Amino acid sequence: MKNTIISLRNAVVEYDGEKILKDINLDIIDKQFVTLLGPSGCGKTTTLRIIGGFAEMASGELFFNGVKINNLPPHKRQVNTVFQKYALFPHLNIFENIAFGLRIQKLPEKEIKARVEEMLKLVNMEGFEKRSINSLSGGQQQRIAIARALVNRPKVLLLDEPLGALDLKLRKEMQIELKRIQQELEITFIYVTHDQEEALTMSDTVVVMKDGTIQQIGTPQDIYNEPNNAFIADFIGESNIIDGIMRRDFLVEFAGKEFACVDKGFEKDELVDVVIRPEDIKVVPQYQGAIIGVVENVIFKGVHYEISVDALGYKWIIHSTQSEEVGSIIGMNVTPTDIHIMHKQEEE
Amino acid sequence: MKASKFLAVPYIAWVLIFTIIPLSLVVFFALTDSDGNFTLDNLFQMSDYMSVLFRSIVFAIIATVICLVIAFPAAYIISRVSSMNQSSLIILIMVPMWISFLLRTYAWMTLLEPNGLINKMFSLVGLGPFDLINNAGAVILGMVYNYLPFMILPLHSVMTKIEPHTVEAAQDLGCNKINLVRKVILPLSMPGISTGIVAVFVPSVSTFVISRMLGGGTNDLIGDFIESQFLGNSYNPHLGSAMALVLMVIVLFMMSLFNQFGSEEGAV
Repeated sequence: MKNTIISLRNAVVEYDGEKILKDINLDIIDKQFVTLLGPSGCGKTTTLRIIGGFAEMASGELFFNGVKINNLPPHKRQVNTVFQKYALFPHLNIFENIAFGLRIQKLPEKEIKARVEEMLKLVNMEGFEKRSINSLSGGQQQRIAIARALVNRPKVLLLDEPLGALDLKLRKEMQIELKRIQQELEITFIYVTHDQEEALTMSDTVVVMKDGTIQQIGTPQDIYNEPNNAFIADFIGESNIIDGIMRRDFLVEFAGKEFACVDKGFEKDELVDVVIRPEDIKVVPQYQGAIIGVVENVIFKGVHYEISVDALGYKWIIHSTQSEEVGSIIGMNVTPTDIHIMHKQEEE
Repeated sequence: MKASKFLAVPYIAWVLIFTIIPLSLVVFFALTDSDGNFTLDNLFQMSDYMSVLFRSIVFAIIATVICLVIAFPAAYIISRVSSMNQSSLIILIMVPMWISFLLRTYAWMTLLEPNGLINKMFSLVGLGPFDLINNAGAVILGMVYNYLPFMILPLHSVMTKIEPHTVEAAQDLGCNKINLVRKVILPLSMPGISTGIVAVFVPSVSTFVISRMLGGGTNDLIGDFIESQFLGNSYNPHLGSAMALVLMVIVLFMMSLFNQFGSEEGAV
């Protein structure tokens, strides 16, 4: 059973006459880990703030479990937020920070204590009750911020780039941690990030945004393997994006040659973007290659080598486990299923 | 090392000439009679002025409380607007302080007089005249008007340090407006409140200009009596020094009380 818990309908947000969100429609499925992904300024944080009650829409509707909550103030919403800079209360110790929401509800002391302990355990911070906020590292502060938001047992947890200030290793740990917490508590997480890897790692659903519009909604696999357009293909992982012409169904011309592909439904001779993932290009001996180019640069990236190749007027990026010699001439092959054809995006 | 010690000389000389020596003189005068012999008579004579001292403290406390009640929301609102508007609002608050203190208080006299501007406006609608001047209310009004900026400025400076995200987090966790002030903004503003209380209370409790100009002679404060012992008819610098000493001790006691209160709140 998939229930929609939050719906945005025709959401428009303007700031100083500029449209930050342009007519957004979004359904959030209950108990999912949903990520809003996009470059800075795409409107992802604004979308989150609308749901939290901190930003107002110029027009549009927000539904929570089918009830319109446009004008409900933040303190009456069944959502809680983990802020980018943690926003812990500097005048309270860790116990009181987490207990804050429960004290507002005037719960009995015994229940407050039990629930705070439970939360500290959930975020692996037992024994820190009496410590002050300033004595914690960034990662620890983030755990407390998560505990403080979750102690109110919200239906939905909003997270605004919560791992942005942490170093890479800590970020990876917290990604796994957050996913575990979400699955353990079985509540909806709406997570804002500009880090595509983070989005792919944690999400059930990824919402890709750009310039105040939603570009694509899908599972991480969908978004990666079947991007709707060249922007998404480029933003989610690296891509070679080449100008092409669709000669007819299943036949595309680019880099001066015709290639078989698996796409159809384009107009004859339509100008298209051809997207090929760097790991989908096979390096072969020169005489076997469909495309022949000169190796310009090789960078060791750990798992693979990133090889830059100059061929037919394009710079190609190839990810390969085998290194090639700079200056050597190589052949490149692509299987038809790895050639993704996309409509050209209208320039704005 | 030598050079840096040498640099302190002007400062030490300044403190010596303008603080240590005058203070020592006050203590010396307070504890001697006109022949220069040690006596506690001056301090005992203070008992005649206890009601004045009490009135001074009560007026100063009332003025301080009113300043706090006005300044708290004002400073908070100023701290939440854009930084450009913030600086112009702060300048607006400080502009009256560039005008002479005496002039500002004279201005209030002309406003509050029986046939002053305010009563004239009342008479236009058939009301008044009201007794607006020469009473306790006018003195307290004068204190609030003159010392309000000393409350707003320290409050504003601590409130600008409260992150907008902290306020949003409190609302997010269920705070309505009242709880937001009570549980977050008030405790985080404590250092500014204690500074502001001291900055308003100290000049209020020792003022003599405001009470003389707006109090009509019936609401004289301890400052008026101290002044008259030095410059007035009842010339007696020994008694005046004793009064000043007692007032100073009371003020220092209250200041240390507030400072401790403030630093405790700020340290958590």
